[in-house]
Amino acid sequence: MKKIMIDPITRLEGHGKIAIFLNDMGDVANAYLQIPELRGFEKFCEGRPAEDMPQILQRICGVCPEAHHLASTKALDDLFQVEPTVTAKKVRELLYSAFFVTDHTTHFYILAGPDFIMGPESPVAERNIFGVIRKVGVELGKRVIQTRQQNYWVIETIGGRGIHPVFGLPGGISKGISEENRAKIEEIAKNSVDFARLSLKIFDDMVIKNKEYLDMMLSDTFTHRTYYMGLVDDQNKLNFYDGRIRVVDPQGKEFAKYAPREYLEHLAERVEPWSYLKFPYLKKVGWRGFTDGKSSGVYQATPLSRLNVADGMATPLAQEEYEKMYETLGGKPVHHTLATHWARVIEMLYAAERMLELSRDPGITNLDIRNIPASTPKEGVGVVEAPRGTLTHHYVTDEKGLIRKCNLIVGTTNNHAAICLAIKKAAQDLIKQGREITEGLLNRIELSWRAYDPCMGCATHALPGQLPLEVKIYDSDGHVVRTLNQFDS
Amino acid sequence: MDKLKLALYWASSCGGCDIATLAIGEKILEVAETAEIVFWPVAMDFKYKDVERMPDKRIDACLFNGAIRTSEDEHMAKMLRTKSKIMVAYGSCAYEGCIPGLANFFSLKSILERVYEETPSTDNPGKVYPQTRVQMPEGDLEIPELKNMVKTLAQTVDVDYFVPGCPPEEKTTWLALEALLNGKLPERRSVISHSSKALCEECSLVREGRKVKKFYRPYEVIPDPEKCLLEQGLLCYGVATRGGCGAMCPQAGMPCTGCYGAVEGVIDQGVHFLTALGSIIDSTDPVEIKQIVDGIVDPAGTFYRYSLPVSLFRRAKSV
Repeated sequence: MKKIMIDPITRLEGHGKIAIFLNDMGDVANAYLQIPELRGFEKFCEGRPAEDMPQILQRICGVCPEAHHLASTKALDDLFQVEPTVTAKKVRELLYSAFFVTDHTTHFYILAGPDFIMGPESPVAERNIFGVIRKVGVELGKRVIQTRQQNYWVIETIGGRGIHPVFGLPGGISKGISEENRAKIEEIAKNSVDFARLSLKIFDDMVIKNKEYLDMMLSDTFTHRTYYMGLVDDQNKLNFYDGRIRVVDPQGKEFAKYAPREYLEHLAERVEPWSYLKFPYLKKVGWRGFTDGKSSGVYQATPLSRLNVADGMATPLAQEEYEKMYETLGGKPVHHTLATHWARVIEMLYAAERMLELSRDPGITNLDIRNIPASTPKEGVGVVEAPRGTLTHHYVTDEKGLIRKCNLIVGTTNNHAAICLAIKKAAQDLIKQGREITEGLLNRIELSWRAYDPCMGCATHALPGQLPLEVKIYDSDGHVVRTLNQFDS
Repeated sequence: MDKLKLALYWASSCGGCDIATLAIGEKILEVAETAEIVFWPVAMDFKYKDVERMPDKRIDACLFNGAIRTSEDEHMAKMLRTKSKIMVAYGSCAYEGCIPGLANFFSLKSILERVYEETPSTDNPGKVYPQTRVQMPEGDLEIPELKNMVKTLAQTVDVDYFVPGCPPEEKTTWLALEALLNGKLPERRSVISHSSKALCEECSLVREGRKVKKFYRPYEVIPDPEKCLLEQGLLCYGVATRGGCGAMCPQAGMPCTGCYGAVEGVIDQGVHFLTALGSIIDSTDPVEIKQIVDGIVDPAGTFYRYSLPVSLFRRAKSV
């Protein structure tokens, strides 16, 4: 049995590696995604004051701290049984919308874009953000940087800091928005709407109108029929900040819809000895191993999943694009992993439109930003949609509000099993007996997981480049028979 | 002249330091012109193997973020130290252990039990735990070993400079990068920040010299946004925290939590804060003082929020 190691895959949150085993015929026998670290937040939060959780737990991820900060703040609302003020809720969602614009921008242009805009087997030296800028023009490159910078300014202005914001408190927020800043935010929101529309046009020109890419997107190699999860509002429209968790089955039929507090009735997590990251699955379906289909509890929580579970988008331009996507891809649900990129850009437009709506809300600069809690804390659950999946924070405290128990189900974790499936299938279809394992071929395998954007720790960092990928092929005695680099030029 | 060769690496971290590196915006282009980035796993293709192949001291400067938690972190710290002329502990995790360092309040065993057995969503009747080496039907799979203690970079290898912050603010990052690019470096082992004094020096909130009869938790009161938070009874850590960030948190209505570490010359940030608090309590009656101090509900976790691994305690006794 030969073993192919992809180690390290550095655009995963933290560190990750992939092991692919080949049988004696040279076909793929199995593939594993391993997460080789654990920091133990669930334990070391014990004894800490509950109100510090938004700031402590966002240190799980410095790329999406806003998601942890808000899931945690909502868990505190629930814990202290205090309803945030109307203004506080709007301001939280405004910050969160700005965050989604930056985060999806980074993934689309810097991480995923190169595969589509330059081509999955294009020269390694070109398959990066600089290649993208050369191809689409420096003007667009500047707009990418500008959009990110402007929205980080929004996060810092509302949240107190750009990375690791501090504004969340049970019952509200620490600081309101001045009229001067509101006007600036409105301008940035307008720019963001234009930018998202431009991004959709680029996606359409470069991907949808390119038969080769469209065929690849629709191919069985990148298709899995699983359950899908996402937050919806009371109209069953997609919402990032609040609502109920809806799950649809592989036929697109509603399987469950539940409030954050009910999550334990619906989710369970499996432990495998070969990865520090657990594998969540739908409890009422059960764990049937690494397999898809209606009888398997494996689900996905991604931009595409959110569109699959929602009846539509709450803003007009995003709704049009949503309809267009399903029309093009043959109706709901869409099971093609690579369509996640399309869904992500539609979500970018929704986030920008929502940001614009909120920035124009006449009550957004109101001063009622806090309700002081009066109840004794006991237990609270908070859920938001992180860019990479449904995020759940659950705390139990003593009567002084010190954490006794903390449980977390984090964005990418939801998709751990599905990503394993995706890698295995892509590897099995693409690595065949006797077929030369080229760099381009390996990159095609990588497309399978890159669609999930499991790159939290690095999503916005990427300058030039691909994955620092190295593949070693061992024979059954453990000797290296071949070493492949993806980017030797 | 050869370009300055820079390496950036993350160990046990959240990724926020890498985002912070990019927060310098268009100045990153300046860095790209003056320096050659030879290793940056989050953004570039160079691999461990490429670093291994480099002769010793090939890298001019390495910005290392993240705490040392796993055998892999330790291995990479040692390798990068050998290959780099200047080693910079960038950000609070590498500098002082930071939030991941709070794990030192617990044993590794209790952490693993919590995560893989106790958590209510975990379904693990067979008590399966991740193993450093597992035999699968197709062959062996390996993952790094988790260490019992979270360590800082300087507790693992020799460090030349420290950059504070969780994460370092844009101007702090630029101060460090500019020094490296221009070769105008401060004294070895120094902490690179715009200030060596307490954060209060640069905070715009007004101090009136008031003392406190009660400590409040941030959710219990709405403070006057123009006045010193500590004097309003909120545990603002600015008095014992190095400045340089611009006092953003207190100015957003939230107390400083101490992420820039101790001020110059202080060995233990928590002890310093405790001393400072002693001087602000408005009482001479031991019973009342106890009552006031009891309002600090998690002293250890508050005083050592970012610095437990470099404190005099380092960790709780392992059980």
